[in-house]
Amino acid sequence: MSIEIKSGRIIDPANGVDEIQSLYIADGKIVGLGCAPEGYKAEKVIDATGCIVSPGFIDLCTYLREPGYEYKGTVASETYAAVKGGFTAVCCPPNTLPVNDTEAVTNLIFDLAKRARFAKVYPIGALTKGLKGKQLSELYSLKQAGCVAAGNGDYSVENLSVLKRCCEYAKTHEVSIFVRPEEVSLAADGCVHEGAVGTRLGLNGIPALAETVAVSQLILLAEETGAHLHLSHLTSAKSVQMVAEAKRSGLNVTADVAIQHLILTEEAVSGFDSRFHCRPPLRTHADRAALIKGLNDGVIDAVCSQHQPHEAAAKQAPFAESEPGISSVEVVLPLLLGLVRESELSLATLVKVLSVGAAALLKVEGGSLAVGDTADICVFDTNEAWRVTSETVISKGKNTPWDEHEMQGLVKHTLVDGRIAYA
Amino acid sequence: MKQVTEPNHLQLNKQGQLKHFLTLDGLDKALLTEILDTADSFIEVGARSIKKVPLLRGRTVVNLFFEASTRTRSTFELAAKRLSADVLNLNISTSATSKGESLSDTLQNLEAMASDMFVVRHSQSGAPHFIAESVTPNVSIINAGDGRHAHPTQAMLDMLTIRQHKGCFEGLSVAIVGDILHSRVARSQIRALKILGVSEVRVIAPNTLLPVDIESLGAKVFGCMKEGLDNVDVVIMLRLQRERMEGALLPSEDEFYKLYGLTTEKLKYAKPDAIVMHPGPINRGVEIESAVADGPQSVILNQVTNGIAVRMAVMSMAMSGHVAGRDA
Repeated sequence: MSIEIKSGRIIDPANGVDEIQSLYIADGKIVGLGCAPEGYKAEKVIDATGCIVSPGFIDLCTYLREPGYEYKGTVASETYAAVKGGFTAVCCPPNTLPVNDTEAVTNLIFDLAKRARFAKVYPIGALTKGLKGKQLSELYSLKQAGCVAAGNGDYSVENLSVLKRCCEYAKTHEVSIFVRPEEVSLAADGCVHEGAVGTRLGLNGIPALAETVAVSQLILLAEETGAHLHLSHLTSAKSVQMVAEAKRSGLNVTADVAIQHLILTEEAVSGFDSRFHCRPPLRTHADRAALIKGLNDGVIDAVCSQHQPHEAAAKQAPFAESEPGISSVEVVLPLLLGLVRESELSLATLVKVLSVGAAALLKVEGGSLAVGDTADICVFDTNEAWRVTSETVISKGKNTPWDEHEMQGLVKHTLVDGRIAYA
Repeated sequence: MKQVTEPNHLQLNKQGQLKHFLTLDGLDKALLTEILDTADSFIEVGARSIKKVPLLRGRTVVNLFFEASTRTRSTFELAAKRLSADVLNLNISTSATSKGESLSDTLQNLEAMASDMFVVRHSQSGAPHFIAESVTPNVSIINAGDGRHAHPTQAMLDMLTIRQHKGCFEGLSVAIVGDILHSRVARSQIRALKILGVSEVRVIAPNTLLPVDIESLGAKVFGCMKEGLDNVDVVIMLRLQRERMEGALLPSEDEFYKLYGLTTEKLKYAKPDAIVMHPGPINRGVEIESAVADGPQSVILNQVTNGIAVRMAVMSMAMSGHVAGRDA
């Protein structure tokens, strides 16, 4: 099908483009920018006047919950939510049931995604069998099956000898490792940032040290083994500083930040509201500022949603007993646009950290609107207001702290492989 | 985005009266003083031969104890009975939850029994908030201690004890000694003392037993008793649990006692008329010397007596605030 996206403001930071132009698509590819190729006839025209046209967003962490946790979400329901949020591709962590540590599970996820026909799915395979941190998974086979990286989900590989071997084996087969840095013995039974709010509420804290100690170990492991280590969901200012230093010395280290850590701080939990319970925890104003600066400086490569849909009961418990995680994939764009309005971020950086950065570190297509590229595209209005409610959120998980909040910025069209996946 | 702050809306009705009693956070001096004054008036009831007033007649109070407690539960039970309420005691730790019933399900069942007030003790910080938010508007919730968060009735009975002995709060210097980290009592006491306007709240403990940023609550940190107790008017000792020796929080009971145990000698650093308090149950020879616990400066047993009056005050105020808020 040929589609013309007419008169939108095209922001394509990978190619240095920011201009009002029309974009021409045919057979799943971008075939023209500004002028249509000879003999081109659009079967459908999308009027993008007043809208931004950008590369489709790529999410480094979307929990699809399937197989195993279908009562929280399914591949179909969550990839639908993803395209509504402007994401044309999502990485799903391996903590499914069964764990994605075999080709069979990877293939199942691909099948479900193909049938759903919303966003592309890039599974992250389990780094260790059953995520238990003891035995290597078949990283080569998982890569052959289509996993874009290997990670250990929410669990740390506690044994450093095992982690070192994971890095060595992954390096041999050029598999990227996704790790959420957390030293388990320091995080212990914590559920909030170890700071003033946690002290006042009497909730066990997870010190920033739990993250920074792990970051320092991982950077040393990356240096020692040469493996690509991607640090997921950084929360602390000190971590950003260490990653900046590692990148300066040329190490193969990348990093992302989850949307909630760019918007919220520990103060959000002061009413024991379990909707704000997330892991890693919300930290301080200074940390939040450092994360935003890290995005602007290019130290942090990408913003992800860390979308974690839950059934209602998961949050209906005293704070520490509630399950961590926020259903967020549909609000990443408007929340980041809020930072643009507050002049904390430029529009070009917003597009970059939502698409270019992830595409580059995953080494996948996307993040670019050049002629010949796959037509994974997001068309959005930066101003249109909408309200977050259990009706407007289409994810199966209604666990959002922004419930009943007004959002500014709405995705109008999401094209995946030149096909309109959401409009 | 606007972040959620104090849960005042939760515990006060539109007229600013108490309808739940969850925490002292966000309450003002007038309200705390009202609690103390009301409690004072109930002390007289305890001295009568017929110790009853009809304020809660026809009301059902459920003591919901998810964590074992004898002392607190008994004083709540006595307080409710002296207010003429019907009282049901439930030790949930040994019944419903062990059968796999969720907290929400347990609550719904109790609500269906047309209860008017839940007195809640729970090992999770914030559990009474969760219960206040998830039960029907007809039930008033009183926090009888949640995790490390708050124990507001204990703090208020301590305030009543201080007021009885010192007359007022202005100008007082108060030291809290021991395991602040795990103590919901200490957190509520610091709050109460700050709200009531003492001139100084000190906490005395090694850093391993102090929560991060305790200064943000308005407490001044001391690592040793000599400086910490210097010239204070009130010394509050906290109970030290034996399991604190595990996990490298403390080396031994002996070393703790040597450094922080309240002995006759160390008490001399405080003002000569300083009072000694302890929320109980006390560990003689671990955090306090017997001679001090039973000595002339000790007001530990006054605290217990005041516990009933304060709980009567809080229950009657919350019940009337609840009814007023509902009818408004």
